[in-house]
Amino acid sequence: MIDFLQKLGQTTLTSLGKLGRGYFFLIHTLVGIISVLSRPRLLTKQLYSVGVLSFLIISISGLFVGMVLGLQGFYILSDFGAEETLGVMVAASLVRELGPVVAALLFAGRAGSALTAEIGLMKATEQLSGMEMMAIDPIKRIIAPRFLAGFLSMPLLAALFSAIGVIGGQLIGVGLLGVDDGAYWSQMQSTLDFQDDIINGIIKSIVFGFVVSWIALFEGYDAIPTSEGVSRATTRTVVNSAFTILGLDFILTALMFGDI
Amino acid sequence: MQNSKTQETLTGLFVACGIAALFFMAMQISNLGSFSSEKVYNISANFENAGGLKVKSPVTIAGFRVGRVSSISINKDFVAVVKMNIASQYKLPDDTVASIYTAGLLGEQYISLDPGGEEEFLEENGVIDITSSAVILEQLIGKFFTDKESQ
Repeated sequence: MIDFLQKLGQTTLTSLGKLGRGYFFLIHTLVGIISVLSRPRLLTKQLYSVGVLSFLIISISGLFVGMVLGLQGFYILSDFGAEETLGVMVAASLVRELGPVVAALLFAGRAGSALTAEIGLMKATEQLSGMEMMAIDPIKRIIAPRFLAGFLSMPLLAALFSAIGVIGGQLIGVGLLGVDDGAYWSQMQSTLDFQDDIINGIIKSIVFGFVVSWIALFEGYDAIPTSEGVSRATTRTVVNSAFTILGLDFILTALMFGDI
Repeated sequence: MQNSKTQETLTGLFVACGIAALFFMAMQISNLGSFSSEKVYNISANFENAGGLKVKSPVTIAGFRVGRVSSISINKDFVAVVKMNIASQYKLPDDTVASIYTAGLLGEQYISLDPGGEEEFLEENGVIDITSSAVILEQLIGKFFTDKESQ
């Protein structure tokens, strides 16, 4: 009994401690961003490895998700004789939900895990403490540019995902299944609202970018500096990011679209 | 150095593509491109029953969209007051008739305006006097049955 209580207390304290370290880490990083702005070269390099290298997977997935939505949507909508609203269905589901969420999940898998492994290995090989010895703040030099890069590229990647997805849906819907091209676009334009749909989708992707970058960098920074610790941290990044993205997506959706 | 230059170019390309995608979403997917830049004026109409009309429902003349519903409320006489934004290039005569119709059998409801022949035009915050309310299917069926019984 006492053992159980002790275990419980230990688990609580460990997770609370981690949460607290995470917050301090975030505050340090946010402060460190100011110094990144005076060194844009560091940021470009990270934008390349975080954003550009995720570009391909995001655009190909976007294309396929859009094409699948086109196919599935057509079969369901044709039951009601409402094939013309295919554009609305594809665009609304992409812009509101799938764009930000799937892009963020892919981003966590592609860029987040890489960030964790990179930072974790830097810690394991004592590069970070080496920097501290040379009076260079690793948070400012290493973490903050990566955080800013992730935060900036996520909305762009989500927008690309949605835009390419809509074109993919049009390829299938208009090109293959014979939905009218004008109806596809005009129904979409008259139904989707800039404020309610597009801006809310962008807000979602900004939040996801923030959270995924934070989790990925913190897990790397907080990893146990052994090869096993790094591998565990990488797994935790992907798992925790996925949970957080999906949970936050529900909360954001409830806040944004709940009152309709 | 060559390597870092390619990197920067690709990063620039990536950012440009991302911004282009955002622009594409704003202009092509949403209604921003078609309506927001136009100048509008407000008019209102009182309906006995606004049916399933919603904010942002279309307002049409002869099937062509000239504006959108901006708000729906009821006044102290329990009559629905529907305010709408009309694009300012469409001047409506004073005796315009506003009716609520349904697009298709199950489609959304919209307001159809039928311009009259009056010389005077509706100004900002003008009120349309002649209206016909939404047709409620249940009322229609109920009426049909009471007519049948009385025969």
